Amino acid sequence: MDFDLQLFLQSLPSLAQGAVMTAKLAVISIAIGFAIGLVGGVARISRNRVVSGLALAYVIGMRGVPLLVTLLFLYYGLPSLGLRLDAFTVAIIALSVTNGAYITEIVRSGILAIDPGQMRAARSLGMSNGLAMRRIILPQALRRVLPPITNEALTLVKNTALVSTIALADLLRAGLEVMTWHANTFSPFAGVALFYLLMTLPLIWLNAWVERRFRMR
Amino acid sequence: MNHQAMIQGVSSGAESPAPMILIENLHKSYGHNDVLKGINLAIAKGEVVTIIGPSGSGKSTLLSCINFLESYDEGRIVVDGAVIGYVEDGKGRRIRMPEKDLNALRQQIGIVFQQYNLFPHMTVLQNIIEAPIQVAGMSRAEAIAVARLQLDRVGLRNKENAYPSELSGGQQQRVAIARGLAMMPKLMLFDEVTSALDPELVGEVLGVMRDLAADGMTMMVVTHEMAFARDVGDRVVFMDDGRIVEEGPPDQLFYAPRKERTRAFLKRVLTPQSGL
Repeated sequence: MDFDLQLFLQSLPSLAQGAVMTAKLAVISIAIGFAIGLVGGVARISRNRVVSGLALAYVIGMRGVPLLVTLLFLYYGLPSLGLRLDAFTVAIIALSVTNGAYITEIVRSGILAIDPGQMRAARSLGMSNGLAMRRIILPQALRRVLPPITNEALTLVKNTALVSTIALADLLRAGLEVMTWHANTFSPFAGVALFYLLMTLPLIWLNAWVERRFRMR
Repeated sequence: MNHQAMIQGVSSGAESPAPMILIENLHKSYGHNDVLKGINLAIAKGEVVTIIGPSGSGKSTLLSCINFLESYDEGRIVVDGAVIGYVEDGKGRRIRMPEKDLNALRQQIGIVFQQYNLFPHMTVLQNIIEAPIQVAGMSRAEAIAVARLQLDRVGLRNKENAYPSELSGGQQQRVAIARGLAMMPKLMLFDEVTSALDPELVGEVLGVMRDLAADGMTMMVVTHEMAFARDVGDRVVFMDDGRIVEEGPPDQLFYAPRKERTRAFLKRVLTPQSGL
């Protein structure tokens, strides 16, 4: 084992810089992915066949292709079609669209778990389908699926590591650079692992807080 | 058939006032299963009609058709002069009415379900003011005032900040009634509203419904509570196998039924405990 405390401490500032990039990617992609998942989940159960068909195709497509492949395709493949996006944009798109597909399925399952009597009651009071969905069904469904959605967010934080393949200076990339310069593998990666762990903790706390705050009575 | 003429014909009858609910030749099937096989029924404003009959006779489906939670296949339902669920396109064919119009009609028709269906993520007060604010466009203060009035009526004013899960079944059902009434409906439908309740809680819900009937609300009540059907109904309808077998004043239907099927049903359900 070649743990070098001094190198470990020395590498922390540059790792922290990478962590900031990782955190930025994660927060933005989780937010966009959640928004996509909300719309997608409702679209999946739409009576409109075109809408539900498109949503299904999206889910199948994005869950079936590895995130790494999506990243590389958008970054290296699209320019050959004349569309060149910067690495940050590519990372955000790939992460949020992949994440959104999983959230879509989670939201859909949450909606289907709600007693149909809730929708009947809402409609009987004159609510439109959209209003009933927004005010009655989704608030209940989202409470139920908060744990799996938190899971997806945690997965996304860790999946951001893949963006180091398209030359973004994220946390993993920072660790790789320290490793290369100092020919020491253990110390920087110990730091990298620690940073990822620290970044997932706020999500776990957030989950616990929301669960307490919106406890289903 | 010219629907417009028929509606006018309905509402211009001078000697007998237009019915609040008019059901004509109503048919409904699920696939090959005919649930309603030609229902005809007219209910006057302020009238209380109780509907009895064995399970699967189509009673609940009939109620669900009136506010179009279920569509119907043939015939028509007219509530206070307005045909429910369908309009005619330019070629005289029947098409589903625009959702917006349907939602407007549904606001006038209150329904209370067997399973209460309160919104569990909202307090009692929030449950009641939700539709008045979001659908009827009342101000929050106005909606709260209406809600408290209705809570007083069902005797639950002190529970406005409780969540549904903190209430007994009877209390939840009374909140559901208050929620329906808060929309100021022209009529109220009750779909076996005491069937899910523990026996000792049935009375409080029936009591609220008695008061409502006494206040002149037009009501259609599907029920297994025979004493209630007899005492509160202005008219009792007996349904079996998707048809109205017999209807009449409570005393006649319960004590001098004309049809054999009615007699057989009453013999089955009227036990010494039913108090009839």
